[in-house]
Amino acid sequence: MATRQKREIPGTSIFDGELAQKGYALNKMCFSFNSADNRAEFQRDEAAYCRKFGLNDEQETAIRTRNVLGLLAAGGNVYYLAKFAGILGLDVQDLGAAQTGMTKEAFKAMLVAAGK
Amino acid sequence: MAKIVGSITTSHVPAIGRALAGKLQDDPYWKPFFDGFPPVHAWLEKVKPDVAVVLYNDHGLNFFLDKMPTFAVGAAPQYHNADEGWGIPTLPPYQGDPALSWQLIEDLVAREFDITTCQEMLVDHAFSLPLKLLWPASESCPVRTVPVCINTVQYPLPSARRCYKLGKAIGEAIAGWDDDLRVVIIGTGGLSHQLDGERAGFINKDFDLAFMESLIADPEWATQFSMEELVEKTGTQGVELLMWLAARAALPGAVRKVHANYHIPISNTAAGLMVIETVA
Repeated sequence: MATRQKREIPGTSIFDGELAQKGYALNKMCFSFNSADNRAEFQRDEAAYCRKFGLNDEQETAIRTRNVLGLLAAGGNVYYLAKFAGILGLDVQDLGAAQTGMTKEAFKAMLVAAGK
Repeated sequence: MAKIVGSITTSHVPAIGRALAGKLQDDPYWKPFFDGFPPVHAWLEKVKPDVAVVLYNDHGLNFFLDKMPTFAVGAAPQYHNADEGWGIPTLPPYQGDPALSWQLIEDLVAREFDITTCQEMLVDHAFSLPLKLLWPASESCPVRTVPVCINTVQYPLPSARRCYKLGKAIGEAIAGWDDDLRVVIIGTGGLSHQLDGERAGFINKDFDLAFMESLIADPEWATQFSMEELVEKTGTQGVELLMWLAARAALPGAVRKVHANYHIPISNTAAGLMVIETVA
């Protein structure tokens, strides 16, 4: 099978066909969170909701443990994962802090410093 | 003949929706961002557009990975905003103009752009928030709209060069409309930011400022970069500059900068705003 050389960008992944296939079930579940009824159903029984969408073990574990980098590695796309974060009441700065291992305050300070 | 009055390009971060809902325009965090807009309001009062062609990227409201068009053009009489999953208030519907949409669709396909046509299309914050920022006083958006959505979710994305050509084709198509209309092109997104991965929070001020400057005299400058190079330089979501590039390319001939604002950060994003018009 032909493979293409991928450009490596540190701390960054490109959501290509490979990830889009790998993460399909996870992203489909997160896409469903556009609906308030679906968000409520997820919150009533998270495990059942994950099963309904056919998440694999890696995806289900990453959802259960709120592991943002794990969700990305399992094929999650940030645009859909943002809807999961919304259920948890997290904003993109909380996500940024979680992924970089910083406190939210330190993450926000880093952003401000980028403007200097 | 329809006339393009100019292009407006602006960031579209969801947090702007929360700031608008909370009336935080004068809050110290938000003021440097919102202060960019009054000169744009004055310009819009002067040029009085009838229609806005809005180039934006959907964030998983209308499109999912089951079917992901590279370029999609709205052809609906009305476009609705909807719940995106995180509780920013939904804004009133937008008036479409199906006749203009179909003219644009026919022209783009004739110019070899294989677009997806959408007679129903939900529009997300990338469409709704910029229009609210541009016309804050109106309950609903006072101009008719034609949405044009560019895929920035699933790779391969259309290249910067391709998006530039799309913008150019849109501009030429509008110029050929046999109608005495005043059209504003709006491009939303960017500038540099990255939401995902260990590099989350990445911002590149030098690149953003160079990019904004390039749009005036050297608009094809950014088309030299591959998508991977743009991700490296601007962050995973910084590639939303594609909409800026297309919006600029729609303007024929020489242009001048009417107004610009740039502020870091709002949310995780370097916020940019520009108004460009054709030199008469």
